[in-house]
Amino acid sequence: MPDLPMPLDTRPALLAEDEVLSVRDLSIAFHTPAGALPAVRDVSFTLRRGETLALVGESGSGKSVTSLGILRLTPRAPFCRITGQVLLRGHDGRVRDLVSLPEDEMRDVRGRDAAMVFQEPMTSLNPVHRVGDQVAEAIRFHEGLGRRAALTKAAELLELVGIPDPRRRLSSYPHEMSGGMRQRVMIAMALSCEPQLLIADEPTTALDVTIQAQILDLLRRLQERTRMAVIFITHNLGVVAEIADRVMVMYSGRVVEQAPVRPLFGAPLMPYTRGLLRSVPRLDMAGRERERLQAIPGAVPDPLAPPPGCSFAPRCGHFEPGLCDAAVPGLDLARPEHLVRCVRWPELARNAA
Amino acid sequence: MDGMVTGDPALLEVRDLRKWFAGPRPGPFRPRAKVHAVDGVSFDIRRGEVLSLVGESGSGKSTVGRTVLRLARPDGGSIRFGGTDITGLSRDALRPFRRRMQLVFQDPYASLNPKMTVEEIVGAPLAIHEPSTSAAERRRRVEEALSLVGLLPSHITRYPHEFSGGQRQRLGIARALILRPELLIADEPVSALDVSVQAQVVNLMLDLKERLGLTILFISHDLAVVGHISDRIAVMYLGRLVEVAPTQALFATPRHPYTEALLSAVPIPDPTVRRERIVLVGDVPSPLNPPSGCRFRTRCRYALPACAEAPPALREVAPGHFKACIRDDIALASPTSVAA
Repeated sequence: MPDLPMPLDTRPALLAEDEVLSVRDLSIAFHTPAGALPAVRDVSFTLRRGETLALVGESGSGKSVTSLGILRLTPRAPFCRITGQVLLRGHDGRVRDLVSLPEDEMRDVRGRDAAMVFQEPMTSLNPVHRVGDQVAEAIRFHEGLGRRAALTKAAELLELVGIPDPRRRLSSYPHEMSGGMRQRVMIAMALSCEPQLLIADEPTTALDVTIQAQILDLLRRLQERTRMAVIFITHNLGVVAEIADRVMVMYSGRVVEQAPVRPLFGAPLMPYTRGLLRSVPRLDMAGRERERLQAIPGAVPDPLAPPPGCSFAPRCGHFEPGLCDAAVPGLDLARPEHLVRCVRWPELARNAA
Repeated sequence: MDGMVTGDPALLEVRDLRKWFAGPRPGPFRPRAKVHAVDGVSFDIRRGEVLSLVGESGSGKSTVGRTVLRLARPDGGSIRFGGTDITGLSRDALRPFRRRMQLVFQDPYASLNPKMTVEEIVGAPLAIHEPSTSAAERRRRVEEALSLVGLLPSHITRYPHEFSGGQRQRLGIARALILRPELLIADEPVSALDVSVQAQVVNLMLDLKERLGLTILFISHDLAVVGHISDRIAVMYLGRLVEVAPTQALFATPRHPYTEALLSAVPIPDPTVRRERIVLVGDVPSPLNPPSGCRFRTRCRYALPACAEAPPALREVAPGHFKACIRDDIALASPTSVAA
C-alpha cells in the first residue's frame, strides 16, 4: 500500500460527538514463507465513550491481532500490512487515523490516548526495574513530570487500583508481587495518562477466579469514574456476559456477529455463536442433569488454506452445499445494531422462533 | 477419617496425606523453611466414580495428584490403591500398580515428544510395562487406543505437530488408556483448550468413563467444567480440604465459606443473571507461613476469634457432605438457587 501522507486536520471530523474510536475495514496480513497470511479481514466497529465492547473468539480468530493492529503494535511493513482506517479521538479532541499516522506521533498516542493491558502480567512487566519506576515512566514521558512528582502520582495510581501500602510498593520488583497484584500494576500503568481507550487483552485469563472477580470489579469502577471506552478481549463467555455492553464475535479473522450483549446471548443468529454458547458448561446448571455438552465438531481452519465461502461451513450443522461454500457471506444488518455473517440466518431465525 | 465410604470398597483411599517442599532459608546457617503444600488430606474414590479436586493456584491439588501416583514421595499419611498400601513401596514394587493408574497432563503441546510418531508416543507405556509385546501387537493396540479416543488408525504414522490442540489431548488420553488402567488422574486436561474443543474432550472423558468403567481423579480450577463432569467434588485451600460433597449438593448448598466465595466468583454466561458477588479481599496467604487455625480465616467474612485456635476438622454435616468449618450457624448463598 502506498503511504500517502494526508493532512488529517482538513478532513471532516469523522466521529460522532460521543464516539471515541471508529475502526473501518481493518485488515491485517502477515508475510510468511508460505505466503500472505490474512489474520484479520474487514473488521469495522465504533466505540462510544464509557462503552465496553467484548471481542470474543477462539485461538487464531484474530481478536488479539485486531487489538495489536489498532495500536500498530504488529510487526512493521513489509512483515505485516495493515489497511483500512482506525480513527481515534485524542485527549485534545482531535481525530487521528492511526493506520497512517507517522511512528513518532504514534508514540504520543500509545499510553496517552489509548493504552493496553496484556494477559501475562509476569512477562509484560520488566523484571529488573522497580514497579514504581515502570508506572512512572509513562507519566514522565507523556506529561513531562520530574521523577519525584511522577513517583508521587504513581503511588496515587497504585492506591487507586487497590494495592495496599502503595508508597512502599513503589520500590518492589515484579517478582515480589502475586499475579493479581501484578495485573493491578499493569492496569495502573495503563490508566496513568487517563486514556480515552483501554484495550484489555485477556486481562484475567491467567488469574484465579477469586482474583479475576477482584480485577473485573476494579475495571468496572475505574471505567465508571473515567468514562473511558474499553475493548475487552476474552474467550470466556461468562466474563463477557458480565462486563460487556456490546459483543463482537470473531472467527477465522472475520467478524461473524456483532450485537448488544443481551440479544447476543438471548437470540444469537450465527450458528457459530450458538455453538459456542451451547458448548460452555454452566455453573448454574451444574450437577442438575448430566447432559452432554454440545461440542462444535472439528477445529478452526488453517488460515493459509481457508475453506471456500463461509469459513465456519466445515463445522456448521446448517451447512448447505452450493450456498454456504459459494462465496464469503456479507455482514448483514439483521436487526437494529445486530450484524450477522451467515447466508442462512433469516431461515434459521424463523426455525428457532 | 473413617466412614467416608459407604458400601463399595474404595479403589483409592488417601489418609492424612502430607507433602512438604523445602522453602528458602530464613537466615544464614538456619534450616530451610518447610512449605506445607499438602497438609493432612484424606479422601476416597470409589470404583467408577469421578472425583474432582478443585482449588486455586497453590492450593496443592496438583501435588495431591502427583503424590497419589507416587511421582512425589509423601512425607506423611498413607495411600491405599485397590486395598494395598503403596505409600512406602519401592520403585520396582510400585511398577505393577503404576500401570493401573495413569496420568493425563495439562498441556497437550508440551507433553508429547515432537520427534516421536503417534505409534511411539501412544505405545510408549507398552514398551515400559509389556516389553515383550510384538511390533504387530503394539500397532494393533495403538490403533485400538486411537479409535477409543475418536482418532483414526491411519494417524499412527503422524507426528504431534500435525494435530490440533484438541486432537493432541486425545493422543494424551490414548497414551494413558493403552494399558487399560483402572484409575485415570487428569490434571487440568482441558484448561489449555478452546471452549468448543474443551467440550469435545469433556464429552470424551465422560464416554470413556461409561464404556470402560474408569475411575477418574479430575484436577481442575474450572468449577463449571468440574460441575459437569464430577460425581463428587473436593475443594482445597492452601493444602487442606475444606469441603467434600456430591456435585449437586456442593452447588446447591455449599457449606464452607470458601466454596461459597469460589462459586460466586465464577461468571455465568448469561447477561440476564445478576448475582450478589462475594469478592474476597487480598491474595491467598503464603504457604510458608500459613495462618493458624483455619487457613481461610484471613479472607473469610464469617471468621470469629475461635477460628484462629485450631485447624477445623473435616466432619460430616449431611449425608456424604463434609466440611472443615466451625460455623454451623451461617446460611450460605449458592449459584443454582439464585439462577433458578
